[in-house]
Amino acid sequence: MTLGLFLIQALNGLQLGLLLFLLAAGLTLVFGIMNFVNLAHGSLYMMGAYIAAAVFNASDSFVLAGVVAVPATMLLGMIVERVALSRLYQRDHLDQVMATFGLILFFNELVRIIWGPAAVYMNAPEALSGSVMLFGIGYPSYRFAIIAVGLLVGAGLYWLIHKTRLGMLIRAGASKPDMVAALGVNISLLNTLVFGLGAGLAGLAGWMAGPILSVQSGMGEPILILTLVVIVTGGIGSIRGAFYGAILVGVVDTIGRAFLPALLREVVERSLAQAAGPAIASILIYLLMAVVLAIRPQGLFPVKHG
Amino acid sequence: MRIRHSLVAAGVLAAGLLAAPAFAQIKIGFMAELSGPQGALGQDQYDGFMLVVEANGGKLGGVPVRVLKEDSQLKPVIASQIVDKLIEKERVPIITGITFSNVMMAVHRKITEKEVFLIGSNAGPAPIAGAQCSPYSFITSWQNDSQAEVVGKYASDRGYRKVIGMAPNYQAGKDAIAGFRRFYKGEMIDEIYTPLNQPDFSAELAQVAASNPDAVYVFYPGGLGVNFVRQYKQAGLTGKIPLLSTSTADGVTLPALKNDALGVISGTFWGPDFANPASKKFVSDFENKFNRIPSQYAAQSYDAALLLDAALRRVKGNVGDKRAFMAALKAADFKSVRGKFRFNNNGFPIQDQHVFEVTKDANGRVSLKTLATPMKDHEDAYHTQCALK
Repeated sequence: MTLGLFLIQALNGLQLGLLLFLLAAGLTLVFGIMNFVNLAHGSLYMMGAYIAAAVFNASDSFVLAGVVAVPATMLLGMIVERVALSRLYQRDHLDQVMATFGLILFFNELVRIIWGPAAVYMNAPEALSGSVMLFGIGYPSYRFAIIAVGLLVGAGLYWLIHKTRLGMLIRAGASKPDMVAALGVNISLLNTLVFGLGAGLAGLAGWMAGPILSVQSGMGEPILILTLVVIVTGGIGSIRGAFYGAILVGVVDTIGRAFLPALLREVVERSLAQAAGPAIASILIYLLMAVVLAIRPQGLFPVKHG
Repeated sequence: MRIRHSLVAAGVLAAGLLAAPAFAQIKIGFMAELSGPQGALGQDQYDGFMLVVEANGGKLGGVPVRVLKEDSQLKPVIASQIVDKLIEKERVPIITGITFSNVMMAVHRKITEKEVFLIGSNAGPAPIAGAQCSPYSFITSWQNDSQAEVVGKYASDRGYRKVIGMAPNYQAGKDAIAGFRRFYKGEMIDEIYTPLNQPDFSAELAQVAASNPDAVYVFYPGGLGVNFVRQYKQAGLTGKIPLLSTSTADGVTLPALKNDALGVISGTFWGPDFANPASKKFVSDFENKFNRIPSQYAAQSYDAALLLDAALRRVKGNVGDKRAFMAALKAADFKSVRGKFRFNNNGFPIQDQHVFEVTKDANGRVSLKTLATPMKDHEDAYHTQCALK
């Protein structure tokens, strides 16, 4: 194990983390502000990826794909929120889980009906499809683009949440929703806006993930689970928590996957290491979440109250 | 009065029974994964099968057939309920399709113990090729390991000495690596098993790049294969370290991969560039109808329909005589798209296994081109454990 390989893996972890952040940011706001469990967030990510792929295949332009997909997903999110989800805010969490789980099934079949069951083609733009040599190992340039977009979105959200009036309302809504409503703010409109923002970010994540992951029915579920781990670890409702939580989960998951099987091989027999290594590596992030929940049930970077 | 009525009724019934074998429509249960992420495989199986049925005007072997299409949703429990319904309620004498091995394991015994004929057109798990084999089961695809074994043989033939194997961490993934190793003589410098739901391979690919093997062997079916091959290319490994594969770059994933898959090596029993007349007809009919290159899954199921066509013709549609129908199926008197075809004692084909390279075809589309035939008349590794003769 060389230092170069370790740094490459850390970069991989950062990239996975930033992709997760795009999803976690939207999900954590919806969770925190509306106290709403939205399992269909992964479906919005999938819809973003499909819309981007459809535009990409029609126009051959990666940029145009994003320009269309992000607002379209945002709009879709707002429509879903108005039509279906807003009726569920007063219901308990189990009802919300049931309804949004239903939406997952609905969207999975919808894309299958529109685009067929096979994965849809989408590729990175020519300029980013190669790799850059780092420490003697090729690193995909496209992943640098994901890192850059993730950091930009992080900075943009920081500005939005901390420097604008909308951000102030979002922060206020996260900690004291009743008070915000009492002050005459249209909470219903705020909810729709926040949901749209989250959906837009999910669409952005779908667009960015299109060239590395297969765009297909059901692509939202594995990443949704990771996203839930991120927001629970980071602290529900907190963008800062989503950011650090996502990077933490991304790095722990990647480093664990990369080095645990090899490390294990040093201590136990090869065949046992081969069997146990991946199993342990894949539960590391859940272990992390469990430890965080045991020590700090509010998450690592919870919303500051008062 | 009452007696006369009963007699008339009995007469009508008897006439119906006598007439049945000659005129009855035969019901065929088709069960596969038709929804969700894995739906593409089942859809191709269905399209391949129906291509034959529709070309024959709704008949197989000159007998009208009704195909009952069922979606097992990759859930063994649901598959089991569907089989109950097909056998007990619909009374089908034949069930075909079956996409995934875990579904096959859930229904194989159930179907064959009821003496219903199972014409599997994809899944071929080891147990049903070995100790649990049945005279009612005929598989027109392959035993799961075979498609990996041929790639292992190819790796040895090419003189690769250091190979890294990668697969999802579940039974089929482990079977693929084991199959590869069975005929590969060199050293496996690493075996990497990733969780089945892990879509991103950045960490593993960095490991691979760092260990610089002679070749990489992978088994990543469906969407996982799209992810893997694309990420392999983006990491700059395509063209540098040969990528050998099973069920990864196939007719289902190539439309999503396109140029990203160029140069990938894949092992299986059939490719769309086969020159035999049966294959040429199949490919052109399929492309005319569906406007896409058929996958191997469509080919397997097309063969299943041809097999039924030949066997039903031989028994003149009388599937009630199970021994005769069994013998007719076993004879496999049809022109397979793969060329030579015969059944082994365990109901699995004895067939050539080929390796293919992903290249552009004459129309500039990304497709599979035959590269070599490392295994001729290959028998699966488990047929000796099957008690049937």
